Amino acid sequence: MKAMLELAAVSRRFGGLTVIDRVDFSIGEGEIVGILGPNGAGKTTLFNMIAGVLSPSSGRILFGERDITGIRAWDRCRLGIGRTYQVPRPFTHMTVFENVLVAATHGAKLSLPRARVEAEAVLERVGLADRAMIPAGRLGLLDMKQLELAKAMAMRPRLLLLDEIAGGLTEAECEVLLGMIGEVHESGVTIVWIEHVIQALRRLVTRLAVLAGGSFIAAGKPYEVLADARVKAAYLGT
Amino acid sequence: MRSASRLSLNLARLVCAAAVAAAAAAPLLLSQNDVVLLTEFMSMLVLAIMWNLLAGYADIVTVGQHAFVGVGAYAFFGFTALAGLDPYLSIPLAGVAALAIAVPAMALVFRLRTAYLAIGTWVVAEVLMLIAGKLDAFGGGSGTSLPISIVLSFGRTRGDRLAVIYWLAFALAATAMLATYVLLRSRIGVGLTAMRDNEEGAAAVGVNITYARILCFLGTAPFLGMAGAIITLQKLRIAPPASFSITDWTVFVIFNVVIGGIGSFEGPIIGTIVYFVLRQYLSGLGPVHLILLGSFSIITILVERRGLWGLVRRMLDDDLLPIAHKPSPAFRASALLLRAARR
Repeated sequence: MKAMLELAAVSRRFGGLTVIDRVDFSIGEGEIVGILGPNGAGKTTLFNMIAGVLSPSSGRILFGERDITGIRAWDRCRLGIGRTYQVPRPFTHMTVFENVLVAATHGAKLSLPRARVEAEAVLERVGLADRAMIPAGRLGLLDMKQLELAKAMAMRPRLLLLDEIAGGLTEAECEVLLGMIGEVHESGVTIVWIEHVIQALRRLVTRLAVLAGGSFIAAGKPYEVLADARVKAAYLGT
Repeated sequence: MRSASRLSLNLARLVCAAAVAAAAAAPLLLSQNDVVLLTEFMSMLVLAIMWNLLAGYADIVTVGQHAFVGVGAYAFFGFTALAGLDPYLSIPLAGVAALAIAVPAMALVFRLRTAYLAIGTWVVAEVLMLIAGKLDAFGGGSGTSLPISIVLSFGRTRGDRLAVIYWLAFALAATAMLATYVLLRSRIGVGLTAMRDNEEGAAAVGVNITYARILCFLGTAPFLGMAGAIITLQKLRIAPPASFSITDWTVFVIFNVVIGGIGSFEGPIIGTIVYFVLRQYLSGLGPVHLILLGSFSIITILVERRGLWGLVRRMLDDDLLPIAHKPSPAFRASALLLRAARR
């Protein structure tokens, strides 16, 4: 399998605190990798470094063949890295349609007329078409999470980073979201997915990795990883 | 409710269009004193539009905007009174000069962010004012008057002159508005509006924050410089503390934008109107009127962070000047059907 994303000895320190400690990790094209880990394990920090919001204290990040360690967040979007935020980052005073339009015009670099068509299509796919003209600030939680996904999709990413997108949703809502994520994956997008909702994760992921104390303590097939004694100790507390 | 809102919105648009038409013909309709006041209004409007673009959209909260007004004033004087260039041509050249100063200024202040950037812009403005005071050809620290011959080239009589200067100010304000509208409607504007609402979120969907900031900073400078030229034409003299006045060209402008509504197209326009109305009716009170103005802006921001326009906007379906992009009519129709079906 060709590697799409590679982390080579990536560390991140905040003052004296090492949040990510020399992580080596590789994600193959077409994979859908789930990342589990207790709170404070460094999951979001890891995403922030992949997306370019934070730069690593040391180590390198490769996307395809390219070293992207020093590249800004917006340029990584254009290379094909999309991400959703655990706490949604909507453009509150813009309509839902315009929110997606931003991603299509900037992330996917489409012209305005083409972006308009793209935004309409994406909104229909995620089921937000009937709310297209509402200011994004007025959406409920599920809609907000769907909007995060819609924005990420409109960027036409090759690699999609999902940060706890199922958190806080009811089971039925989660089901809707899982269907969409499955569809996105089938359309050829590689996905890395941080999630606490294990039931949701194990349904879709091809590989599961567990982050604890700043490094990966296990990775492999979901059922194997979940059965691992170290994982149980670190994460499930049993 | 919806149709009532739409009706009042369209009425308001009609009133605005009529106001613009009346403003274009103002020198034919109003007394000389009113034309002077309205000229000042147009210059302040340009400054407010520019500060709103910087602080309201690009998150460049500058308190050194007066730097470029002053540079424009001095450049205008230099080009026309010292270099002997055509007075009319010297106005756009003042804009070019402001742009030329904006490039190194930007290289300096863009190393800073937020409050540090604000202080940085202020320091740059102060330094430029001090430099202006050292230029003997420009009258040094006490400044100098515009030569009579140049003043006369804008009109033989006072009435003609005031009308010409007014139309220049009106043209500049109209261009500033049009340019802002075109910018905000463009691809880049979509990104700027996203930055206004959530900067990290904007970067995360591919908006190049650095590029947007550079564009806004360099784009506003020529307008500020040309406003400086027109302000000089009105005051008929340049002087470091007046041409580089932080109170007149930055502090009041911030008040206006905050009162009218930061981060909207309408806000700076409404704020500048409110400022002039308040000033007209309250200036008899002396310094008390400034206290009232300050209190008014603080109250506004406490009630609605997005100013008077934000308050009004809650009751309306759309902006006065629709900048937002909308999906195609076919999409909207099917979305409405979908919505009805869900209910």
